[in-house]
Amino acid sequence: MLRQKDVTGLYELSAEEIDEILCVAAEMKQKLRSGVKNLPDLTGRAVTTLFYENSTRTRCSFELAAKYLGAHVVNISAASSSVQKGETLVDTGKTLDAMRNDFIIIRHPMGGAPKLLGKTVKAHVINGGDGMNEHPTQALLDMLTMRETFGAVKGLKVAILGDIRHSRVAKSNLFGLKKLGAEVSVFAPRTLIPADFDKMGAKVCASREEAVDGADVVMGLRIQLERQHGGLFPSLGEYAKFYGVNEEVIKYAKPNAIVMHPGPVNRGVELTCSLIDGASSRIEDQVLSGVAVRMSVLKLLNDQEARA
Amino acid sequence: MIFKNAQAVIGGEVKKVDIRTENGLIAEIGENLSGGEVLDCAGLTALAGLVDIHVHLREPGFEKKENIESGARAAVKGGFTQICCMPNTSPVIDNKVVVTYIKAREKEVNLCKIHPVGAITKGQEGQELAAIGGMKHAGAVALSEDGKSVPSTKIMSLAMQYASDFGLKCLCHCEDRELVDGGVVNEGYYSTLTGLKGSIRAAEDIIIAREICLAESLDLPVHICHVSTYSGIQLIREAKARGVRVTAETCPHYFTLTDEAIKEFDTNTKVNPPLRAEKDRLAVIEGLKDGTLDCIVTDHAPHHADDKNVEYNLAAFGISGLETSFALSYTALVKSGELTLPQLAEKMSATPAEILSLKGGKIEVGAPADLTFADLNEEWTIDPDEFVSKGKNTPFTGVKVYGRVKYTVVDGEIKYEEKRK
Repeated sequence: MLRQKDVTGLYELSAEEIDEILCVAAEMKQKLRSGVKNLPDLTGRAVTTLFYENSTRTRCSFELAAKYLGAHVVNISAASSSVQKGETLVDTGKTLDAMRNDFIIIRHPMGGAPKLLGKTVKAHVINGGDGMNEHPTQALLDMLTMRETFGAVKGLKVAILGDIRHSRVAKSNLFGLKKLGAEVSVFAPRTLIPADFDKMGAKVCASREEAVDGADVVMGLRIQLERQHGGLFPSLGEYAKFYGVNEEVIKYAKPNAIVMHPGPVNRGVELTCSLIDGASSRIEDQVLSGVAVRMSVLKLLNDQEARA
Repeated sequence: MIFKNAQAVIGGEVKKVDIRTENGLIAEIGENLSGGEVLDCAGLTALAGLVDIHVHLREPGFEKKENIESGARAAVKGGFTQICCMPNTSPVIDNKVVVTYIKAREKEVNLCKIHPVGAITKGQEGQELAAIGGMKHAGAVALSEDGKSVPSTKIMSLAMQYASDFGLKCLCHCEDRELVDGGVVNEGYYSTLTGLKGSIRAAEDIIIAREICLAESLDLPVHICHVSTYSGIQLIREAKARGVRVTAETCPHYFTLTDEAIKEFDTNTKVNPPLRAEKDRLAVIEGLKDGTLDCIVTDHAPHHADDKNVEYNLAAFGISGLETSFALSYTALVKSGELTLPQLAEKMSATPAEILSLKGGKIEVGAPADLTFADLNEEWTIDPDEFVSKGKNTPFTGVKVYGRVKYTVVDGEIKYEEKRK
């Protein structure tokens, strides 16, 4: 049972809560695999997705998860510029609350926005990604895929390569994986490593090979072209050559290692095309895990009320 | 009026004396004074009226956040008898008209002395010099671009030289904004933990170094505002050692808090420069002890709740500080044994007054009768609902402190008296 009204990050969740989410998600994933899309858990509930940033994958995944559980779903997308011009987040939240929303799923370019919304509204708030802070359901889905592949997350060695500095995915994975007893090593250009990341429990490596050495999971993170324009690295080509994961680098991982990426992937930049499309890739499975994990989080939060 | 039986901080000593004021001045200091009106101050400590050379009063232009009256009320409640108000108002204090307006409001409000600080450049835009001479004649006591640095080193150099003709110092907010690049907190563990964009110490230090270089090259004085980094303090320490005429201030939040305070995204912790790490906090205390940091200011930055009840990135920078500064400083520095009471009095009265050549800041015969009486033994809990400032934005809610101001006397008149509970 989840203790808090909102799911704002894995930093706030205990290992037991994460484990419960993954257990329920595994059941959901089985049901999805067998074609079940009409579960009754959220019948009569209202879910709003409130996206202040563009997203196809995450928004669609949340919407389908809610619909597969029988909820009413409304989607709001606000261009990030309207945040500064228009209504404040607090006022928007109050409005959505007044409409008797039961769940608000928020994606926002600024860290901490889901917490602010959660403090404002009675509805459950689920963080769909906030700035450089957290993306809890992404990390949960990554862990679900790892768990299904290896049987458990505990003891796994996970290498994360890419734009760690700006990545809420890396952060949420680090928090979640450490709680479940996995090791996390990272590698990226110095300009893409956040301050004191080692003090948070990650092993910050000096080379691709060191990061990937003995890994069970090799995860690439998206490199955005805008970071190149910001002077963080010279070009995507140079990134791919010196920092990307290719067939030579992957040899350092365990023979049965899997390749993951939260998407959308820059083909041939973070990972070579043959790794993306190869047998060890779990990128498509991650997408299905995403729907299952989101169903699980919605259901478990909803169960809080049934209990109360 | 005779203030009887207080423990007065006079020079380096604390002694029980009576203080007689007459015509707004301290007329006599001694034992067993009598005659005329008497106020018994037994159990209280008398300090030279506190002086804060870095305050934002928001008027004209941002009266929703604060106005000169509410700010002055907060000042006297906090024990301040003189405050200097920064020019980032609307319109900017960049000409004699705005300075004259503030001086007129000072008289109307009639609580504490209010000294306007003029902008260095017109509109704080960093291009052309503001009307420095005119502002000085209307009553400005210093110049500052506070809230930002003058981006051009050349303009800054010219401003320091021109200002010196009028005996005005530049009070320098040190921030390389290109390097800050939208950072809102200190870069380090807690910026990574929260995902809030960090700003490295160098963004502050580089401009501290620049202003020191200018002061040294031009052989002119310069004052560094709200120092927050250990490395910036070291730059100032070294400059002082080789004779550069640099003075510097810090604020209570830099020696009481670290960036750990940001971890719950409380926007009341958002301040510029940002709260730094523990090594910086300790260096600030060390800098106060060894004299590298000359004075304590509040950087009182009141904001309306609407400016803070938003996403951390969108929240306004600043802490409402006038009503907590003395107690926080007394508790963190004197109670803890880092400074003596006379040393704290120097940091909060004599030295800031001296830096800007303001009258007052000392308890001596012939000085303005600006006095602060506090009960140092009274423990109280900081509660923004009790603030008289319009700005309730404090990261210190619920913090227990010692030292409660009971009377604030300006030019011999009691301008604040704590209401008995």
